[in-house]
Amino acid sequence: MDPATMVGQVSSMVGKSMEQTDVHSARVKVFQWQDGVFHKVTLLFALLVLAGLFGILVSLAIEAIPALREFGPSFVWTNVWNVPEEKFGAVIAIYGTVVTSLIALFIAVPVSFGIALFLTETCPAWLRRPLGTAIELLAGVPSIIYGIWGLFIFAPLFSEHVQPYLQGAFGSIPVVGGWFSGPPIGIGILAAGIVLALMVIPFIASVMRDVFETVPSVLKESAYGVGCTTWEVVWNVVLPYTRVGVVGGVMLGLGRALGETMAVTFVIGNANRITGSLFAPGNSIASVLANEFGEASPGLHVSSLFALGLVLFVITFIVLSLSRWLIRRGTVKQGH
Amino acid sequence: MKKLMKKWTAIPLAAAVLAMTAPVAMAANITGAGATFPFAVYTKWAEAYNAKTGNQVNYQGIGSSGGIKQIKAKTVDFGGTDAPLKVGDLKEAGLVQLPTVMGGATIVVNLPGFKSGDLKLDGATAASVFSGAIKKWNDPAIASLNPGAKLPDTAITVAHRSDGSGTTFAVTNYLAKQSEAFKSSVGAGTTVNWPANAVGGKGNPGVAANVTKIVGAVGYVDIADAMKNNMTFVALKNKAGKFVLPTQQTIADAAAGADFKVEGMAPDLLDQTHENAWPITSATYVLVYEKGSDAAKQQSVVDFFTWSLSNGQKMAEELGFVALPASVVKMVEAEMKKIK
Repeated sequence: MDPATMVGQVSSMVGKSMEQTDVHSARVKVFQWQDGVFHKVTLLFALLVLAGLFGILVSLAIEAIPALREFGPSFVWTNVWNVPEEKFGAVIAIYGTVVTSLIALFIAVPVSFGIALFLTETCPAWLRRPLGTAIELLAGVPSIIYGIWGLFIFAPLFSEHVQPYLQGAFGSIPVVGGWFSGPPIGIGILAAGIVLALMVIPFIASVMRDVFETVPSVLKESAYGVGCTTWEVVWNVVLPYTRVGVVGGVMLGLGRALGETMAVTFVIGNANRITGSLFAPGNSIASVLANEFGEASPGLHVSSLFALGLVLFVITFIVLSLSRWLIRRGTVKQGH
Repeated sequence: MKKLMKKWTAIPLAAAVLAMTAPVAMAANITGAGATFPFAVYTKWAEAYNAKTGNQVNYQGIGSSGGIKQIKAKTVDFGGTDAPLKVGDLKEAGLVQLPTVMGGATIVVNLPGFKSGDLKLDGATAASVFSGAIKKWNDPAIASLNPGAKLPDTAITVAHRSDGSGTTFAVTNYLAKQSEAFKSSVGAGTTVNWPANAVGGKGNPGVAANVTKIVGAVGYVDIADAMKNNMTFVALKNKAGKFVLPTQQTIADAAAGADFKVEGMAPDLLDQTHENAWPITSATYVLVYEKGSDAAKQQSVVDFFTWSLSNGQKMAEELGFVALPASVVKMVEAEMKKIK
């Protein structure tokens, strides 16, 4: 019997003999006690999350101490990762992580926007479900599959058909040409960014679709009613209404791109240096960790890897706070 | 609900099966962890050993340094490592080190028109190629070793392991021996400082894929994987001055000339003097406590490797590894008598 009906029964019994009310108030006490326990247990579960987060942060920091003591804060911006000489700095991996993630967003955001738009606005009803399910399935493909596909199938095609074309098209333009210089070997920063884009598209697209669906049809219909085109409805009604959710979806994708390990390791080329070219191999934080932890010799090397992990933690934290801030600012402006 | 019922009925069945096998399995269930290089052969041995004796051996390929950490923390019964521990470290920790099986790293290239053995390199030139000092295949240093070969004007791309690896350890130590410049610019170890024209791939398959894909690439792959992938081998000039190709025979020849009678049983197998010796030969080792806390488990480890070294050589060879010479097996057996 649930507490609500119990309480109802108790109140209906007011006025009956004291003895009976005592019995019932005892039962109410039991229910109060049960509720209390339930509250405590769920609180404990919630605290577990905090404890886990804090524990990870602390253990990362403790293990990173020797490296941070040796290199100081300059660890973050030192452009070197030399294992035999035990000289370590994070900027090469930070650069690779950030640039591949930005390339991924640059490609994934417009494509996901298009997918979500099609699904919610112009897709024939019979196609909506299978397409939506297909996108969700794509989101569930393990990242190693993307990595293997990227290395064995995508990279050769990319180096043969896309890279020479890009070099031909942009090679002679000053700054931009530099991004596409160097031998077209297929793997590198750009390839990693493109594979990442494919991996985050399902995430961003499905979030966008879900938030687009929350737009009340009365709003859209009135816009259509005054003669708006589909594009105008999307741009002036749907997007302003869902801006918060859209930003959230993009940030979810960014978060996934920043921390992606296996797929990036396979296609980024794993070279510990920064070059201006997007064709050149580089390295990301997650791929350095995946590559070097297994055989790292105890001491500075292991400690520097932990320090890198800490840096990734901080970057993710900044991205998350930034998205929270953007979302809050958005809601304030909208006057919600 | 139906599913649940099925699960419940399965439990007594599983328990019955367990009850039948448990006494045997519990008698000698040993665990090892470490180098990934010998993972295939240890797993194969463990399978065959289990079929023969009913004893279980679990080996986890977590990397050499992981293996050393695990055995020092006593969470496993034996550790595996590609880079041998120094005698001082062994004594300090009270560990016995035993070679189990050998392998070699091959140097592979992607030069259209070239077949295995068509390209010849000596140690110093190979070091200059891998350090980025030589940038094109038609470099005079390469041309002088390959008179008559049509060397292309292609840029060299160095394909290396991105994950820390015993194969990298063997190759870079060999190249560092050949050239001071390589030693100072790239270094020697499981993870090193590769030049600007290098590309890292994960694992042997990753390097093999990069070499196969990139024209003008040169890389190193352990012999088992190189044979599986049907790659183009470079012939290396060995210490005796002969150009040799990596085969199980030339690796065995390298071991034949080495003296395993040293403490720690880890002689330097690189650049051996035997006339057919393949220069980049290495062995992999297991680490066991000389005096363990559980005598039965210690004995089980000894039993497993004793059995494997006398019965498992053929299995090792089928997997692309090279068996220890018979004389070395005898030495390992004598060394294992220390383990209590």
